[in-house]
Amino acid sequence: MEIRPIISSLSRHKITAWLLIIEIALTCAIICNAVFLISQRLERMNMVSGIAEHELVEIQLANLGVRPDGKARTRQDLAALRQIPGVSEASLVNQMPFSSSETNNTIKLDPAQKAPTLSAALYWGERLSPTFGTQLIAGRDLREDDYRDLDAVNKAAAGGDPNDKALPRVLIITQSVADRLWPGANPLGKQVYFGKTPVTVVGVVAHLVRPSSLSSGAEYSFLVPIRPVVGDGSSYLIRTAPQERQRVLKAALAALKANDPRRVVIEHRTWDDVRSEFFQNDRAMAGLLVGVCVALLVVTALGIVGLGSFWVAQRRRTIGVRRALGATRANILHYFQTENFLLATIGIVIGMALAYAINLFLMLHYELPRLPGIYFPVGAVLLWLIGQLAVLGPALRAAAVPPVVATRSV
Amino acid sequence: MFGYYLDMALRSLKRNRMLTALMVLAIALGIGASMTTLTVLHVLSGDPMPGTSQTLFYPQLEPRDMDGYQPADDPPDQLSWIDGMNLLHAKRADHQALMTGGTVPVQPTQSSVDPFYSDARYTTADFFPMFKAPMRYGRAWSTTDDDSKARVAVISSKLNDKLFSGKDSTGQTLQLGDAAVRIVGVLDRWRPNPHFYDINISGSYSPTEDVFLPLSTARDLKLTISGMMNCWGGHNDNLEIAPCTWLQFWVQMDSPIKVAAYRDYLNHYSQDQKALGRFQRPVKVRLLDLMGWLDYQKVVPSDVRLQTWLAFGFLLVCLVNTVGLMLAKFMRRAGELGVRRALGASKRALFAQLLVESGVIGLSGGICGLLLAFLGLWLVRQRPSDYATLAHLDMSMLLTTFLLAVGASLVAGLLPAWRACQITPALQLKSN
Repeated sequence: MEIRPIISSLSRHKITAWLLIIEIALTCAIICNAVFLISQRLERMNMVSGIAEHELVEIQLANLGVRPDGKARTRQDLAALRQIPGVSEASLVNQMPFSSSETNNTIKLDPAQKAPTLSAALYWGERLSPTFGTQLIAGRDLREDDYRDLDAVNKAAAGGDPNDKALPRVLIITQSVADRLWPGANPLGKQVYFGKTPVTVVGVVAHLVRPSSLSSGAEYSFLVPIRPVVGDGSSYLIRTAPQERQRVLKAALAALKANDPRRVVIEHRTWDDVRSEFFQNDRAMAGLLVGVCVALLVVTALGIVGLGSFWVAQRRRTIGVRRALGATRANILHYFQTENFLLATIGIVIGMALAYAINLFLMLHYELPRLPGIYFPVGAVLLWLIGQLAVLGPALRAAAVPPVVATRSV
Repeated sequence: MFGYYLDMALRSLKRNRMLTALMVLAIALGIGASMTTLTVLHVLSGDPMPGTSQTLFYPQLEPRDMDGYQPADDPPDQLSWIDGMNLLHAKRADHQALMTGGTVPVQPTQSSVDPFYSDARYTTADFFPMFKAPMRYGRAWSTTDDDSKARVAVISSKLNDKLFSGKDSTGQTLQLGDAAVRIVGVLDRWRPNPHFYDINISGSYSPTEDVFLPLSTARDLKLTISGMMNCWGGHNDNLEIAPCTWLQFWVQMDSPIKVAAYRDYLNHYSQDQKALGRFQRPVKVRLLDLMGWLDYQKVVPSDVRLQTWLAFGFLLVCLVNTVGLMLAKFMRRAGELGVRRALGASKRALFAQLLVESGVIGLSGGICGLLLAFLGLWLVRQRPSDYATLAHLDMSMLLTTFLLAVGASLVAGLLPAWRACQITPALQLKSN
């Protein structure tokens, strides 16, 4: 196909041609970035939690008034929960992955060090790892004799004696923390300092995501041997088979109510709901971006169809003359297809540069990573395809123009 | 003349229905999307205290020890109990209030309603006059009540509706778990957006709390506090002396001289505390006004800004699309325009006529876009975000939409109309 006549014909419609190029360029730039944003959101929504997500239900209770017998009540509640048929584990935990409130603590590797080494989320509760379903990859789980009561821990921490027997002495870390603190070395037996209190690492779990500050070390989490009491934001976490969750949830609520009716249920849900609620904004944003991408492609495609139809109508006579002079239908069809390909290519080249610029802007203002190179060829192919599909209709109509048109005036 | 142009425009648009529909739809989609996002942005970045916001200030101090000190560190976002109480009792501003969030168990007297937990705010007497909180019944508590840890409460009209079916409940008892407090006031509808006085509480656009109690009373009753808490140094369970920041403190001053004096006071206070050994880091104070504070806290979600950028990008594509189509359409009519020129129509007249045609497209697009914006905002309101319920079109945004629609379409019409006027009549007449 000769390109020269196409260019010479386009040069007589400079403004219109440029408008089409700009439209393709803008669409290309926005779509590349929007698809990238969508992929980022999906990645976030599919973040590994490290726990047995489909087997957990949560119940959060709050007391009406001050309870002096919190410890006994918690023991009684847990015993009742563990007796429900189908329940394999139950625990009272201070916080859960993917929830809005978060308890963190900073640690040091040396008590004399000025700035803390890292800040990590603290998870505590009895039989925590078997309930969460975290995967222990080194060392041992927390043992009964490791555990301390929360009120005693608080009192001891306020006392200021770093060697107080009431403070926990061991903890479990995630692989992510181990890699950050002692890259390449065996973390078992190493010590970290909570203030001036030394705590020994006894185990490593593969994954455990923190509650909410996912951007500052998503898996910087510790499991510490502390027993909380019911109330104060702690939740009962119950593990069961996925198909039993609704039944167990109902039975658990009844059991807890029977133990003490003077309590308010703040939250009761399956852990799948926890994840779904936590990422609802990401899901909405991803949905919106998909909507905008589709709308953009449709508008651009319709624009190409519209312009194509105009050009075909305008050149009806010229097409007739070419047909009369011996051009085949395929020649005419290819002419319009090549013309569109040419315009799309220029648009895509400009669009890629623009996409890169927009990405730089987003990196600066929205802490987004660099656009991966794969988006450029994929975006280009997509727009070429859209362009060819959109121009096909008008081009076929052009090819159908009979040679006899040339002999008619007007 | 305008009527004639309008008639011609409508005829021309009718001749090519699909194309007209396409152009109107493109503009409508672009306007609808950008107005929806712009309205959300407008609502979220609005002034929660119009008229008063420039007199409200949020003091920040640097009370931490040298552990992990970085010279560039910002002072903490909140105050400790000791500093909060010191600043409160110094009374150096026209009004000042110290506060924190909390949750309280509410036990209705009717047995038909189950006990429930309500969001609460524990604060001091000036909160109500300073933030111009409107009272439906009764009054706020006084400084004396603060000092005497009085068992009093102000409740929201929502809670009043729920517990007392909207009747004047002042003097009634509100049972909060083991404690009983006397209701002294009922707020009228009041929801400043964002929830500026404490933006750490479950989203920056959460509704106003249902129960307001004197801070001293809440501490005395050991009620649950909620919100952000940052601690340093040793751990301490007693929050009244713990090295933890967990209180918000607001002051009101009506003149720049007082503001400057207050800043000096904060500096002196910090120096005194440093001399006493309580503060260890170099003195750093900050006194942002309300809007400055919201800006510093980056209250508007970044997703919302991103959506606005995206929508305007989309509008741009739609406009370019419409310009292209309109240009092609006008150029196609070169012959007709040539005849009109040859018969004596001036360039100006042709230009006006074409502009009317593009204006009709733009206006229809704008009106459809407005409808789409209503639909878009309705969709936003169905979303679970804390700001979702706020997404409504107000008068100023309605006007903006309208202007945007007309402006966009005129801009879209100018280039094609101007280009189409540049034709040489003789050439057009000859070629046919």
